[in-house]
Amino acid sequence: MAQFSLPQNSKIEVGKYYRDKTNSKNLKKVNVYRWDPSTGNNPCVDTFEVDMNNCGPKVLDILFKIKNEIDPSLTFRRSCAHGVCGSCAMNIDGVNGLACIKSHEDIKGDLNIYPLPHLKVVKDLIGDLTTLYKQYESIQPWLKVDQTGQEKTELKQSQKDREKLDGYYECILCACCSTSCPSYWWNGDKYLGPAVLLQAYRWINDSRDGDKKERLKKVADELKLYRCHTIMNCTNSCPKGLNPAKAIGSIKKMLATS
Amino acid sequence: MKNNNPLSPHLQIYKWQISSLLSITHRIVGVINFFAIILICIWTMFIVFGQNNYSVINFILNSSFGKFLVISLCWTFSFHILNELRHLFWDAGYGFDLKVAKITGILAFIGSFVLTILFYILGRNFF
Repeated sequence: MAQFSLPQNSKIEVGKYYRDKTNSKNLKKVNVYRWDPSTGNNPCVDTFEVDMNNCGPKVLDILFKIKNEIDPSLTFRRSCAHGVCGSCAMNIDGVNGLACIKSHEDIKGDLNIYPLPHLKVVKDLIGDLTTLYKQYESIQPWLKVDQTGQEKTELKQSQKDREKLDGYYECILCACCSTSCPSYWWNGDKYLGPAVLLQAYRWINDSRDGDKKERLKKVADELKLYRCHTIMNCTNSCPKGLNPAKAIGSIKKMLATS
Repeated sequence: MKNNNPLSPHLQIYKWQISSLLSITHRIVGVINFFAIILICIWTMFIVFGQNNYSVINFILNSSFGKFLVISLCWTFSFHILNELRHLFWDAGYGFDLKVAKITGILAFIGSFVLTILFYILGRNFF
């Protein structure tokens, strides 16, 4: 049975309140999840008053403003800031997304920022994705071919076959979908989750791959695949606009018809 | 990862989507239907044992609580049937598009009430 409430050491407490010092008229209250491994305290939610007159348009800009001007200890992952690397995936206003492409103007009222749901927190907004990466490795995300490497011809793919990968190859593995999925919350150790299953489908569907049957067989498992109940939180949260639910549905259909 | 690292909040903070709400409703309603069918079986079994039992159950079902129960069960079955249709289409590979899924979801929800009324009126007037 899944545990729906948070364990004792994860209960969220009320944190510090950082009042605005710039006397700005255009303030936004930003509530951020904080946890410092060096203190041994429970996690808490700090509230920052941010001067929006001197702040960029994205949620990531707010986080940087807080880090640069209010509390330098605020910790979060980020890299490209253009929605390509997937580092700054977090829970913004109750839905997972990338902080770098989410505009704060879309969010009315206070802004709530939490780490990706149901992960072990490393610090503040950083969750531990080790399990997800292990699961990703388990589906062998590389091309498996019968070629020996001695052949003088390329492994060609027709335009039509290439188009079959559209909507799947764009995945940046930010983990927004997997960590939005209630099934993955309760069975994250066994169920592969939408991100990994979408990747699995991407390789099953590649016309150049020679291991389709083996791949399908490996993924056809009560727990690995069929824990998906088409809740569709994954598709709702994907910042790249992809459809993991459809990918999983396609794998199920392939298994049912093959 | 060490065990004393906290677990980030999940159910507590995640915003409900239409799709996730309908999904959990589908499951709860499924469990209710499971028990409802057992109840209906017991009811029909009792009729076999004579008219007295029938009138007792008839009395219960005609009270306001009984009517509430019957209408509720009409709804749970209606909803389950319509939402299961969505699942059927999903299994066939259709209706995964976010917009389509949202529309079918809303349709299933509204439709369940229409179907409830239909079931009830049909049941009252013809059986």
